[in-house]
Amino acid sequence: MIRLPLVLFLSAALFSTGVYGVLARRNAVLVLMSIELMLNAVNINLVAFGQALHDITGQVFALFVITVAAAEVGIGLAIVILIYRNRETINVDEVNLLKW
Amino acid sequence: MRAIADPGAFLTYSWLIAFLPAMSAVLTLFIGKRTPGKGSVYGIAAVGASLVLSLGVLWSFVEGERGFYEASLSWFQIGQLHMEVGVYVDGLTAIMVVVVTAISLCVHVYSLGYMKGDVRFTWFYVVLSLFTSAMLVVVLSNNLFQLLVGWEVMGVCSYLLIGHWWEDHVNSSSAIKAFITTRVGDVPFMFGIFILIFITGFTTSNIPEIGEIVSGGGASVGLVSAAALLLFGGTIGKSAQFPLHVWLPDAMAGPTPVSALIHAATMVAAGVYLVGRLFFVFTDADPIVLQIVGIVGGITMLGAALMAFVQDDIKRVLAYSTISQLAYMVAGMSMGPAGRTGGLFHLFTHAFFKALLFLGSGAVIHAVHTNNMSEMGGLRKKMPITFWTFLIGSLALAGVPPLAGFWSKDELLVVADHGGHQVLFVVLLLTALLTAFYMTRAVLMTFFGEFRGHGEPHEAPRTMTGVLVALATATVFVGLLGSPQLGAVFGQWVFFEELEEALFVPWIAVASTLAALLGIAAGYGLYNSYRERDPLRSLGAAYTLVSNKYYLDDIYWKGIVRPVRDDLSAGVYWFNQRILDGIVNGTATLTKTLANGVSWFDQTVIDGAVNGLANIAGFTGGLLRYIQSGNVQRYAVFLFTGVVVLAIIFTRI
Amino acid sequence: MTGAEIAFVIVGIAAVVGAFRVVTARNVVRAALYLVVTLSAVAGVYLLLAAEFVAWVQILIYVGAIVILFLFGLMLTKAPIGREALDNQRRGVAFLVALAILAGLVYLIQGAFDWDAPRIDPLEGSVASVGTSLFSRFVLPFEVISLLLLAALIGAIVLSRKEDRP
Repeated sequence: MIRLPLVLFLSAALFSTGVYGVLARRNAVLVLMSIELMLNAVNINLVAFGQALHDITGQVFALFVITVAAAEVGIGLAIVILIYRNRETINVDEVNLLKW
Repeated sequence: MRAIADPGAFLTYSWLIAFLPAMSAVLTLFIGKRTPGKGSVYGIAAVGASLVLSLGVLWSFVEGERGFYEASLSWFQIGQLHMEVGVYVDGLTAIMVVVVTAISLCVHVYSLGYMKGDVRFTWFYVVLSLFTSAMLVVVLSNNLFQLLVGWEVMGVCSYLLIGHWWEDHVNSSSAIKAFITTRVGDVPFMFGIFILIFITGFTTSNIPEIGEIVSGGGASVGLVSAAALLLFGGTIGKSAQFPLHVWLPDAMAGPTPVSALIHAATMVAAGVYLVGRLFFVFTDADPIVLQIVGIVGGITMLGAALMAFVQDDIKRVLAYSTISQLAYMVAGMSMGPAGRTGGLFHLFTHAFFKALLFLGSGAVIHAVHTNNMSEMGGLRKKMPITFWTFLIGSLALAGVPPLAGFWSKDELLVVADHGGHQVLFVVLLLTALLTAFYMTRAVLMTFFGEFRGHGEPHEAPRTMTGVLVALATATVFVGLLGSPQLGAVFGQWVFFEELEEALFVPWIAVASTLAALLGIAAGYGLYNSYRERDPLRSLGAAYTLVSNKYYLDDIYWKGIVRPVRDDLSAGVYWFNQRILDGIVNGTATLTKTLANGVSWFDQTVIDGAVNGLANIAGFTGGLLRYIQSGNVQRYAVFLFTGVVVLAIIFTRI
Repeated sequence: MTGAEIAFVIVGIAAVVGAFRVVTARNVVRAALYLVVTLSAVAGVYLLLAAEFVAWVQILIYVGAIVILFLFGLMLTKAPIGREALDNQRRGVAFLVALAILAGLVYLIQGAFDWDAPRIDPLEGSVASVGTSLFSRFVLPFEVISLLLLAALIGAIVLSRKEDRP
């Protein structure tokens, strides 16, 4: 009932917004949030195609993605907190010890 | 001449004549010092044996053989040139070996007394034997190279013997002067030899063979003349003719036995022998060659005789006398085959009485310890044997009959007259007069009057006086070998291609005797009352000229020796240092500059290129490192940009 | 335009606006809350696509746990609250890159799919089939995921505990 391209457009929009957020935001947590956006966009794609092709694999994969996302956020935040402990800042621009 | 058909033992072993003294020289050198008598015995034995052999050889010719004996060993071959070692014995050879061995033996025995106690006694005998051997090699040699070897060894031995007492600088200088002056003559001599060998087409230096080629007309007259003149150069040097006579008087610095052997009887005679042996070259040359020879002989004859007048040193008188007598022989040679025989006969007789005179003077010097006649006098009573033998020698030299000198001089005068050589005739006669004159002077100054020296002179030891007596005896009789009255035996041994008729021309004989007596009278008149001052000094300028040896030595010294030694050497040295070394150094500097240049190139350009590459890499890295900002988000930007680009590329492709 | 589509468009717009505000909000807490909006909208999309299990899992985990985590993170790191520039220098580039990606994707989609042809036509509910598939065909990845979660759990604890050794 829903036209597939429409869903895909939504997914594309979310994805690109997420890309912008990853590249443009300073706060590490906000970067992580943007990554969540991108993951969600992918999930929408998976589900949409799964339903369009009458294959349950799409949804199963979406579940996996969600699970991995959760794990990733947990670890990511742990790291962010560690950085904060060491540097008193989570400004991505200031974590540049590998600078030339 | 034909080869002797059946050579006897003496001829076959004639090579031993030269070999034995050489062996004794080696033997004396190595074990002489340990032998009782300090090694003199080997030399005396060897030369004595050689003398016996020589007499035997002569005997073979006495028996009427008129030929030659040649034997040789082939040594090696260079290309076409054939080198050999061999002997060639004919009448001339026989005469020469007798003379050489006899005089050498006399000298060997005489030196026992004269050189007694000398610091280098053994070495003296070594060189003496070596010299004898060398002279015999020259005389016996059948090819020019071998002759040259003997010739040069003689020169070296002469140098060694003259400079025997080299502690005194004068002696060593004289030795060098002798050596170098004879060397100057040896250079043309060698070129003469080369021309002769060239004539044979560079195949051999064998004398009879060369003779055949030359006589057979196998060479142009010009070439032969050139060869003759060049060979004569060697004679001028070795036989002390003008202008290379200057070494002989100075060579008197050596021990008197040396003077007797070398500079009276043998070495100086070698030059004359050379002309005699290679006479065919002279006869087949342009006649002007022989004329030149005669001129040289004539000039030397007179000049030397005049110089003998003004000498105070008794040995120098004899030295100049020797030069003069050698000139006699040379002049004789210039008068053709007959003159050759006469000249060689004079050589034969002169050897005996000149050696006698030298050895006698040696006895005198040994007694009074000075050479100067002005410090002698009245020795007649103190040294009777010496006096009488010396007198006999002087009379022989003056040409008083029937002593040896008379016969030989007379023969030369006859040849001169018969050959139409008027000028030479006069010169010969005049020189005979002068010879008598100066010998009388010498005798009177030495043996007569009051003794003007120091010390107590005494007679010489037996070894010396015995030799003097022997030689005096020889002098008396040996001349008879050439006298026409007794068959002119000498002429049967020594002849050129055909026998000469021995002539006795009465008026010439009378003339020569008169000349001799006149000279003696003049000498007696002037010097009988000799006290202190030499009467001849009143001749003033002439005396000065002659006593300064016509300033010839000065000319040589200033004109040749000094420029060469000082200027030329300095010039060559400068050239070597500046130019040659400069070239070498310049090359080195050039190489260094080049090396520097290359080094600069390597450092700056090549290394620069390499370093530049590295620098570029560093520089680029320096620029590129700014990409690494440490900022993860920036990396992410690049990542996504790259993804987009790749996507575009892949979808298009 | 079916009813589902209209509903979808509404929910979609909500999601996009929310996402937009996430990446542009000046206040980090507001960004987090806008994320809630977006995530909820996405759950709504799932519902419309008849994937209810995924939708509820989305709500449970994303909205219920992850966002809370984010809020805790923000609190622990003393997120600056207030009007402070939260975007860095490269906004322009980032915008361009995002735009490029969007353009690319849109181009791809409209090139690949005909506007009218493909329709998503869900047939039945999905929970049972998800369960079946999960424990039969994908049982191995399922187990691995559990391990992953365990690792993440342990890792997070290890990473963030305080160093109390002297």
